[in-house]
Amino acid sequence: MDHIKDLLVILISSSLVSNVVLSQFLGLCPFLGVSRKVKTAAGMGGAVIFVITLASFVAGVINRFVLIRFQVQYLDTIVFILVIAALVQFVEMFLRKAMPALYEALGVYLPLITTNCAVLGVAINNEQAEYGILTGTVNGFATAVGFTVSIVILAGIREKMEYNDIPKAFQGMPIVLLTAGLMAIAFVGFSGLL
Amino acid sequence: MNKAGERLYNGLVKENPTFVLMLGMCPTLAVTTSAMNGLGMGLTTMVVLALSNLFISLLRKVIPNRVRIPAFIVVIASFVTVVQLLLEAYLPALNKSLGVYIPLIVVNCIILGRAESYAYSNPPVPSLFDGIGMGLGFSLALTCIGAFRELLGAGKLFGAAVMPEGFEPIRIFGQAPGAFFVLAMLVAVQNAVKNRRKREGKPYEKIDSGCNEDCMNCSDQGCTRRFYDMGGEKQPAEGLRKPSDAAMELIDLDKEEK
Repeated sequence: MDHIKDLLVILISSSLVSNVVLSQFLGLCPFLGVSRKVKTAAGMGGAVIFVITLASFVAGVINRFVLIRFQVQYLDTIVFILVIAALVQFVEMFLRKAMPALYEALGVYLPLITTNCAVLGVAINNEQAEYGILTGTVNGFATAVGFTVSIVILAGIREKMEYNDIPKAFQGMPIVLLTAGLMAIAFVGFSGLL
Repeated sequence: MNKAGERLYNGLVKENPTFVLMLGMCPTLAVTTSAMNGLGMGLTTMVVLALSNLFISLLRKVIPNRVRIPAFIVVIASFVTVVQLLLEAYLPALNKSLGVYIPLIVVNCIILGRAESYAYSNPPVPSLFDGIGMGLGFSLALTCIGAFRELLGAGKLFGAAVMPEGFEPIRIFGQAPGAFFVLAMLVAVQNAVKNRRKREGKPYEKIDSGCNEDCMNCSDQGCTRRFYDMGGEKQPAEGLRKPSDAAMELIDLDKEEK
């Protein structure tokens, strides 16, 4: 029971309280770049959930059975980045052959998250927090859900912003960053949850 | 020696990675809560950048074109590991405050970008100085942003109180939202400069060539193409899509109905 409670706490804290984009600044590139429309943002979010959950599971397994077993934890960065890159490439090929429908939905986004710093960041966070494989995977999933929530909200705001009269110098990225800042303030409010 | 000086000037001013090219925004936002953290992160990145530039340049005739990106990553990740272990041993306080962002130097656009666009096609000495110049430019920018946020957010500079007694710190600048606001202002200033240069007919293409306007630029220069572009004219293998196509498709998807 205690274990389940721990997992729930991780789920809430990783998805809302310490949101991966708005408080840890990981995965900013897709967050700012692919948030013009809600539909594409949701697709990106789905792909990120898929990849991060899978990558944190695989990184957890490798950490437990290779790095710790042979006491080479100092190689973590090199091993994780190569494993994640290979994994995403493999997943793309696998989906294309085996599940064309899912590939249709996520395929476009997969190459864009190969080296998304959020993927590597979650793997390293899991390792530093000494999470087990299950806990690490749940943490990865929760982090990715947090990413999806924030990118979909931002895309919704940006769709409305299309009709606004924005000062010339603030058009494009600056106004998006200001919006993200305001969202970050809102997310700070979640810290009362835990 | 002239070449070295030119490289340093290029990194510090002409193509400053933060103020001009807008590369490596993740660490820029995350670690600039104080001037000291910004300086520490900047110098750490500089060491990795200079060494990886030097080694990639030395190995440029050995590394086959097709596997150059994974090879770059291994070189960069090795140096990041070395630097991380050194920091753990000699500067534990800095290592603790930078935390997960030290290993994340591996995925910093600047480093792979310089390896790809400069070190892989130039001799070792200019490459080394290119790395040092870019690293100094990055350090300078992070220190400035960090100093600004520390001054407003805590009324201090490098940890020493400098503001008058009555100054009420604007705490939000030290926290996550403040980082977004500061960057928004920075990009707005950059946009204004760019618009003016456009009006006056001066060259402005260099400004903003990184992650700023559209993330796809970044993915085309470094972030995504890293593992996918196998180089050469060879067609991508069956079932393997080139990321630049994917990126273009996504941009179309994103811009339709506009």
